[in-house]
Amino acid sequence: MLFRTIRSRLLVTGALVVGSVFALKPSNSIQRIRDAATGRMKDTTVRRVPISLGLDLQGGIHLALEVDQSKGPVPDCADAISRAERVVRSRIDQFGTTEPVVQIVGRCRLVVELPGEKDPARAKGIIQRTAFLEFRITDMQNLFRDALPEIDRALRVAGVRAPGQAEAGAANVAQLFGADTTKGKKGKAPAKGKAAKDTTDLNAPGALSSLLFQSPLNMPGEFLVPEEQVPVAESLLARPEVKRLIPRGIDLKWGTELASRGARAYRGLYAVQDRPIITGEELEKATARRDQVTNQSVVDFVLSRSGGRKFERETGRHIHDYMAIILDDRVQGQPPIINGQIGQHGQIELGSKPLQDAQDLALVLRAGALPAPLTIVDESTIGPSLGQDSIRDGIRAGVVGVVLVVLIMVVYYRVSGVLAVAALTLYIAFTLAGLALLGSTLTLPGLAGLVLSVGIAVDANVLIFERIREELQHGKLVRTAVDEGFKHAMSAIIDSNVSTALTAGILYLVGTGPVRGFAITLIIGIGASMITAIFVVRTFYMIWLQRRPDMATLSV
Amino acid sequence: MIRLFANANYDFIKWRRWAYALTGAIIIPGLALFLVHGLNYSIEFTGGTLVQVHTAQPIGTATIRGALDAAGIRDAEIQEFGDPLDYVVRARIGQGAVAAGSTEATAAAVDSALAHALGAAPEHYRIVRFDAISPKVGRELQGKAFLAIFFSFIVTLIYLAIRFEWRFGLAAVLATFHDILTTIAFIRYLNLEVSLVVVGAVLTMVGYSLNDTIIIFDRVRENLRKFRRQNLYEILNLSINETLPRSVLTHGTTMATTVALVLLAGEVLRPFALVMTFAIFTGTFSSIYIAAPLLMYIEKRWPGQDARGARAFRPAGTAAPEPRAPQPQPTR
Repeated sequence: MLFRTIRSRLLVTGALVVGSVFALKPSNSIQRIRDAATGRMKDTTVRRVPISLGLDLQGGIHLALEVDQSKGPVPDCADAISRAERVVRSRIDQFGTTEPVVQIVGRCRLVVELPGEKDPARAKGIIQRTAFLEFRITDMQNLFRDALPEIDRALRVAGVRAPGQAEAGAANVAQLFGADTTKGKKGKAPAKGKAAKDTTDLNAPGALSSLLFQSPLNMPGEFLVPEEQVPVAESLLARPEVKRLIPRGIDLKWGTELASRGARAYRGLYAVQDRPIITGEELEKATARRDQVTNQSVVDFVLSRSGGRKFERETGRHIHDYMAIILDDRVQGQPPIINGQIGQHGQIELGSKPLQDAQDLALVLRAGALPAPLTIVDESTIGPSLGQDSIRDGIRAGVVGVVLVVLIMVVYYRVSGVLAVAALTLYIAFTLAGLALLGSTLTLPGLAGLVLSVGIAVDANVLIFERIREELQHGKLVRTAVDEGFKHAMSAIIDSNVSTALTAGILYLVGTGPVRGFAITLIIGIGASMITAIFVVRTFYMIWLQRRPDMATLSV
Repeated sequence: MIRLFANANYDFIKWRRWAYALTGAIIIPGLALFLVHGLNYSIEFTGGTLVQVHTAQPIGTATIRGALDAAGIRDAEIQEFGDPLDYVVRARIGQGAVAAGSTEATAAAVDSALAHALGAAPEHYRIVRFDAISPKVGRELQGKAFLAIFFSFIVTLIYLAIRFEWRFGLAAVLATFHDILTTIAFIRYLNLEVSLVVVGAVLTMVGYSLNDTIIIFDRVRENLRKFRRQNLYEILNLSINETLPRSVLTHGTTMATTVALVLLAGEVLRPFALVMTFAIFTGTFSSIYIAAPLLMYIEKRWPGQDARGARAFRPAGTAAPEPRAPQPQPTR
């Protein structure tokens, strides 16, 4: 038999305990979410317990969406739903939620889960809104960049005097300036060495311009903002005195992608023309491919006839300009440069980037071109108070149930019962750690499964103890009785647990959401119960028998 | 030292006909009710709308009924949920005026009807849960639940056939089928709402009951090898008696948790916990009075190698043997 010595058994048990504690250790992580009150992005420190709670315990919104086929069948619903997924994903930060789930389930269903979100009407509105795609030329004349000193000056004025401002607003600005002077110095390092240094160096660091860095490509209209400063920049840009100074004909749009330079992450901010040269309505097709000759990733697109004419005229005027592809107000990827006049058929070259990027861009284009109207087939909203009540009640029931189980075991089996109870605490720790390691969520039925499994988990110990009692009654010595008891109880324990695990496995395969959580809890519980009842309790017995080798009667 | 049922020597199998009568008396009226009225399926299966409200004052279902009637929602079902401040309104699709696709309209109507009758939302009432499920999803779930139960049977049958022998497997699975029938009767008697979680409970019940049968069969397997001269009738009784202390203890601890869940875990889990509590009874009962006699019957019909020494057990019709002295002599 493996692990014959007490020392090796203790080592294994200890390792499992340490592993469980490690798996269950809460950690802090910083996340950016949109503040519900102000609509701005802000950094939030989330204390993350490794077992996340399901929507039924945490409160939140669950939506299952399908492509609306009521107005005629949609030929390729899988493509339609992946376009919808792309769109929903790009909008997801509009929700004030830290752990959104956007997932394609089966072939044609999209599941969106928004923990903590309270307003179903708003959520549905954001998700079901038709995607809007447009192509816009970037700020080729650098109008926005030239306006930056003016904006900085205006901000300084507003920051010092703040006439007619709400107190909160003034405090906010002062705080921003405080943050800027330090951040500005640190932030300058990556931009050093650039020939065309922006206006930052002319005066004292400007409130806005110190946040904006020229892109390494030197593309007119593109700025990089350190990821952690994005909320600050956003709030500055939203101020009326700044808005007034943004040049006529120019819009500012954030990019979707993060670029990393060294250790820092930057988000693109694009100054683009306020008028699109073409919108998604004119786009008919977009496909990604790998060019055989140049080995480059390419997206081919086809426009409608009228769209082609318009595009030909516009691109003719903007040769060598950059064209931002904007989906739902977000610039997607790096704006490509227009190399020549493009008509109805065009292509976007992504150079040596992987084909995946091209496929993603093609998906973006199709998402804007062929809006997929979504219908909600399953919706559920759980208020946070209900979730809290459920947790409270579930824990109360769990504590009472576990206390009763402990009492029964200790009263009936005495010292052996105490050993079983000690193993039971390990059982609970292992089960929770297993849930954490599998990254599964704890649902309300899962909680019930956990409580129930405590009652069932002692079954293995009961089987063993009863067997030991039988062996003792047959006149066996304590040591032999314990050995025989474990040996003979084994087949019953394994057969009964495996068959339970099989039914739980089926429940997992066909179940959804909360029921799956229940099945996982049950399966992990069975595994943990076998480890603790067979291995850990055996170890306890070995220690006990070693300390009292002459023991004539066993407290069982 | 406390010992329950140690060295018990009851002739369990002798009472099997009484047991059949008892279980028949539970199952037959229950199934008749089930066939006539069907089960109370949750909206997860039927499709429809569920709105759970928490009110500031105990207003009673009549007030809510009145408000909904005034708003033209006549077929909704209104229920007090746990305490007089919580109510659940269910509007199932396919009942009266609730047409498919109108789930959102129903929810909005419930909301406005409540606001009209009780006063503005956050102060006088709060919607704490809202589910709207299309009938399509409901149909899918029905199919899945059925598949789950069906496959769990097949898989267990195969496992038991490998680990024991097909005779044992068949007896265990038939006993479990009996448990499903009694559970359906139980659900029907209490008119519990059949939700996904309750289907989960039924599947857990299947696992638990099988578990119990397997513990006894494991002992039967062992005793068949040990006492080759005994007939199966005696072996079954012996095995049930030997495992009796374990049964009492394990059912006791499991019951402690399910009863705690019934009483304390709240309204949402109560149907689950009730079904699981019932599962303990029916699982224990069927292991002793369905699985064991069935094994005897199957063994008589198709005698097999496993019961070499036990083949000569009495035909089911003859009188039961005298209670045996508790010292069976091993062969040799």
